[in-house]
Amino acid sequence: MSVHAEEHFAGTNKLFTKVWIWLLILTLIEVLLAYRPMSLVVMLTILMGLSIIKAALIVAYFMHLKFERLSLILTIVPALVVCICLLFVFFPDSFRSAGLRYQFKEPPPVTAVDDENH
Amino acid sequence: MSTEARVATFPAADWSGGTLPYRVGHRKLGMWLFIVSDSLTFSALLIGYSYLRASNVWPTPFPFYPSIVFASVMTFCLLSSSLTMVFGVSASSRGEKEKARKWILATIVFGTAFIVLHLIEWKHLIDEGLRPFSLPAHWVEVFTTTDGLLPSPAFGATFFAITGLHMFHVASGAVYLGIVALRVKKLKHEDIEISGLYWHFVDLVWMFVFPLIYILSVDVGGHLAK
Repeated sequence: MSVHAEEHFAGTNKLFTKVWIWLLILTLIEVLLAYRPMSLVVMLTILMGLSIIKAALIVAYFMHLKFERLSLILTIVPALVVCICLLFVFFPDSFRSAGLRYQFKEPPPVTAVDDENH
Repeated sequence: MSTEARVATFPAADWSGGTLPYRVGHRKLGMWLFIVSDSLTFSALLIGYSYLRASNVWPTPFPFYPSIVFASVMTFCLLSSSLTMVFGVSASSRGEKEKARKWILATIVFGTAFIVLHLIEWKHLIDEGLRPFSLPAHWVEVFTTTDGLLPSPAFGATFFAITGLHMFHVASGAVYLGIVALRVKKLKHEDIEISGLYWHFVDLVWMFVFPLIYILSVDVGGHLAK
């Protein structure tokens, strides 16, 4: 068996252009969503859903992972997903500290900007 | 998966030496591992930002122009730079090195456009008075809640840290691609593909920074403009 990695790069330029158009469409949807009245949780869910789809398109086609060996995909992707999910373990503390927040009596520091500079 | 299928997909002989078990060279595997670790860096930053945001009163100051228009055009630049990069890698796999060089140069142009636009966008905010640990006075006035809770001054810190680290990645990617473009004839195809992996990763990170930092901080009611 050859020691050299394959030189073949699967996927046509037409396919890549199609992926690019989809990425642009999804971005446009995100920008339009910003101006729809909806709750933060719904908006966050939709935005993250769209972002994960975009990331998957980039990884699969542009970074070519779809055409790599299954063993490489299984080595890289699940470990990363698990690690990122574990980072969310801090969130209950964030919601808790929102309720315990120190009530500022003094305003926070503000920047002194010279009006003539605008 | 049946035992026969498993043997065909994951042959044990792959791991006894003499072959590349993942069918990618060690440099490409190294870049993938770097990308995994760098993904975790950005995840930690973005989740830290979300943590602060969920536990504080957070200003949502970005107007449609300049912030959102600039950020959208910047997204377009990065996505297009990924497309030209993939064209370059594709050309290089067919052995058309001169064509590959042109596509990589186009990628650098889009990447540089991203940085220039981003710096202009930073300057708008700095002129308005945003600093890492302080807010412009009129933001504090507008975003103080009705029960008197004041907006968090950490807005600037998270904004400049996350977009700054991303910008640094774009800038170092542009330098990396510049070196690849100069040496394109001497490099193996796989090395060009590896530089592509890094560039697409930078694009991928922006796909999360853009909605979390920009889209979720849009000043929908135009409170600041009033």
